[in-house]
Amino acid sequence: MISQFFILSSKGDPLIYKDFRGDSGGRDVAELFYRKLMGLPGEESPVVMHHDDRHFIHIRHSGLYLVATTSENISPFSLLELLSRLATLLGDYCGSLGEGTISRNVALVYELLDEVLDYGYVQTTSTEMLRNFIQTEAVVSKPFSLFDLSSVGLFGAETQQSKVAPSSAASRPVLSSRSDPSQKNEVFLDVVERLSVLIASNGSLLKVDVQGEIRLKSFLPSGSEMRIGLTEEFCVGKSELRGYGPGIRVDEVSFHSSVQLDEFESHRILRLQPPQGELTVMRYQLSDDLPSPLPFRLFPSVQWDRGSGRLQVYLKLRCDLPPKSQALNIRLHLPLPRGVVSLSQELSSPEQKAELCDGALRWDLPRVQGGSQLSGLFQMEVPGLPGPPGQGQSTSAPPLGLGPASLSFELPRHTCSGLQVRFLRLAFRHCSNANPHKWVRHLSHSDAYVIRI
Amino acid sequence: MPYLGSEDVVKELKKALCNPHVQADRLRYRNVIQRVIRMSKLDQWGQAEVLNFLLRYQPRSEEELFDILNLLDSFLKSSSPSVVMGAAKLFLILAEKFPHVQTDVLMQVKGPLLAACSSESRELCFAALCHVRQILHSLPGHFSSHYKKFFCSYSEPHYIKLQKVEVLCELVNDENVQQVLEELRGYCTDVSADFAQAAIFAIGGIARTYTDQCVQILTELLELRQEHITTVVVQTFRDLVWLCPQCTEAVCQALPGCEENIQDSEGKQALIWLLGVHGERIPSAPYVLEDFVENVKAEAFPAVKMELLTALLRLFLSRPAECQDTLGRLLHYCVEEEKDMAVRDRGLFYYRLLLAGVDGVKRILCSPKSDPSLGLLEDQAERPVNSWASDFNTLVPVYGKARWATISKCQGPERRGLELPNTASFAASGPLIPEEDKERVQESSGSGVLMLVPNLQLTAECFEKAWLSLQVAHQQALPWQGAVHPDTLQMALQVVHIQTIAVSRAGAQPWKAYLSAQDDAGCLFLMELLWEPGNSAVQISVKQSEPRPEALSSFMSVLETVIGTIGDIKL
Repeated sequence: MISQFFILSSKGDPLIYKDFRGDSGGRDVAELFYRKLMGLPGEESPVVMHHDDRHFIHIRHSGLYLVATTSENISPFSLLELLSRLATLLGDYCGSLGEGTISRNVALVYELLDEVLDYGYVQTTSTEMLRNFIQTEAVVSKPFSLFDLSSVGLFGAETQQSKVAPSSAASRPVLSSRSDPSQKNEVFLDVVERLSVLIASNGSLLKVDVQGEIRLKSFLPSGSEMRIGLTEEFCVGKSELRGYGPGIRVDEVSFHSSVQLDEFESHRILRLQPPQGELTVMRYQLSDDLPSPLPFRLFPSVQWDRGSGRLQVYLKLRCDLPPKSQALNIRLHLPLPRGVVSLSQELSSPEQKAELCDGALRWDLPRVQGGSQLSGLFQMEVPGLPGPPGQGQSTSAPPLGLGPASLSFELPRHTCSGLQVRFLRLAFRHCSNANPHKWVRHLSHSDAYVIRI
Repeated sequence: MPYLGSEDVVKELKKALCNPHVQADRLRYRNVIQRVIRMSKLDQWGQAEVLNFLLRYQPRSEEELFDILNLLDSFLKSSSPSVVMGAAKLFLILAEKFPHVQTDVLMQVKGPLLAACSSESRELCFAALCHVRQILHSLPGHFSSHYKKFFCSYSEPHYIKLQKVEVLCELVNDENVQQVLEELRGYCTDVSADFAQAAIFAIGGIARTYTDQCVQILTELLELRQEHITTVVVQTFRDLVWLCPQCTEAVCQALPGCEENIQDSEGKQALIWLLGVHGERIPSAPYVLEDFVENVKAEAFPAVKMELLTALLRLFLSRPAECQDTLGRLLHYCVEEEKDMAVRDRGLFYYRLLLAGVDGVKRILCSPKSDPSLGLLEDQAERPVNSWASDFNTLVPVYGKARWATISKCQGPERRGLELPNTASFAASGPLIPEEDKERVQESSGSGVLMLVPNLQLTAECFEKAWLSLQVAHQQALPWQGAVHPDTLQMALQVVHIQTIAVSRAGAQPWKAYLSAQDDAGCLFLMELLWEPGNSAVQISVKQSEPRPEALSSFMSVLETVIGTIGDIKL
């Protein structure tokens, strides 16, 4: 299967290199790969590249390149799945996946690779089986401090809203054999949805797509049974109907192979005995039929004076969430026509910020409350701008290059499909030393929220 | 050694593949294969490996085939994309004689593929898109209702956007053409010039079927007067006018004014070609070409100059008064001052052609052209699934057929050196057909078992001696149409290594032929063919040097085939 496997940093420095078959012919394969990647013409895909007699296939994860080479014609899906699984596994063992953690835990990584792959064939990637073989301990960086709050990470690193000190679960290695009684016995369940929306210039909705995942990160000893209860009115497919009213509907759902579905039909309960580490319990998707209104609507108006080259863009952003909810870290990215010289702005509240960046306008709003409306007026000088002819000197048609506005935001405690986890129950274990902590979180964030001007 | 979950599994598989006793016992062999498939302890990697092994197994009967398909059905619904794709490939290959089963499998795989296309992982998305394109070659309507999933998002990397645009171009049908064209039109004004050009070419592709709407969109794009857009639109028009002559009128109306916005070689060539071929309908054509001729000295691209020569000559034939002067100046320049030899030669050729007389020129340049729509039909014929089923779920769709061909060509000579280490693993062991079936397979293919020695040189005396000493082993009558030319007979028999000792000439009565052959075991066959005029059958007598019935029967089948073929050929 695989001939070599290596991990490069974002600048191309090799962090890990393992040769399984010894057929590199004495060449520096990692160097070869990086040079080829950097020199690739724009339209060719870097995912699978060919050089001499070998194929290079890689994924980018947390800024690192994980690369596998092979000389046989094998399935790209299995290679990509293997690389993703390795990324998750390394994250589980080292705490998080990053240049720093990998360089601190080189011995552990090589040991893992030894167990997972033998002569390039996959032996097992199950954390259960691997526990028995891995002896090395993970080296963890300094303990988490309240002063270095990073951006939203999963599994416990909450935002400024929470009064509880953020847990270090995001960066703690799951599978260390060091038993630290106070820190064990936590389980995190995240319902994460990615929202993709496309709105045309006349305001009509062209496309809406929600991809959701229920992710579990368990520090509990393996084999503890847990039951996850979902909303009872949760329907799959267009024809099913449960409960009263429209209910919560998704188009398709798929489960991890270890989930037992005997109680799913009747009570929407999932039963599983998860291994330690990260696991995606359920994946679902929903298109075209959101039960709640879209979180943001943008009302742009453009005024463009061709004679003096002045462009005025007035953006009104309305948030349609319920009044108690809010959206966080909203950023609006609006590409501008070429040759924009200056920018003056009037924003409706002091905590917003707008600036010109790389030929585009970037408008940052840290927090927007549901039901509120925010506006910004931006004036730019754009000398010599081409555009649709036949228009008068001053026009409201958008000039060429005033691109689609894309929004990125997070919606904490909100799911676009309406799916909620009702409960997370663990089976009673006699020898547990403390009550396990359960954290359940719902989160939606934008994947590609595009509004055309 | 692949590790498929436990020691027992490995043992079973080894047994199935290596032990000849197991292979000989039909029932036990089948059970072993089934047990391997049924194992639930396999994790996703083990399942993928099993599916890979099973690619080489050829089921013996239809019910066994469907049995295996039923057992593997759950793999198609797995949550791991590699298992789903591996199962899909296996089904497609096993069911190669059942197209409706193949279509069914592709329906089932549609959901997982679409989920992969919207996955967070860019790389998985790309691999899935390549496979979607592969499927669309055979089933163009398969994803038509899900066209929205292939709309490009602003933040996606360039290579994914290009793939999605190609997919959109291929899944167009009557219901979604409006929305797809709207979407593509939005991409044409994208900030990235490469992407905008790809979108315009895609619209050109759709224009072959939905000409009017696309031409309208392209005409609107011309009004933007953007250089990178105009050049590609003109190139698209040039290709379109050739394939869909009905849009020529609309194109000709849109062209005036483009010449100001085109600076690159390809665009100029396209524009000049259009002006030359359809210049009668464009009033300003001679004057535009005149502009080009004025600047020909400064023109950097020889291809443009060549195109200019041809176009101006064509236009001269339809509008002589306006072009005569310009043509003269151009020819003078090309012959006297041009440094590029190809351009100079062409100019000289046209000049001499004109000297020979305008009528001659008209005949040559304006002769009827071939019908382009014929070539197009062949191009777009849907390829059957079987042509690419073995490439599914490999790296071939990811690279694309053209690139893969170049890769395998340069990989070819190097690979032979690397072949040796792999033979050790049992992954490289031969096909999984059990021993017994090999013989059956070979029998049905005809003379495979019976190997006749080629180039047998039996002299006439030996033949006569052998003939007189042996008894007739077999006699048969075969239908025969009529006298056959001796050469035909001789050649046909030569193909199957039967030597003709003597043949009566055509028309002789009675007509006889004596043939001989020898198989690799040394057994000699001697035949006499006897045909009486008025009979509709020829009498064949066969003598064998050693009594061997099974060799005789296979020999007879060979002979029957040949005689049957010859008999159909009239004189």
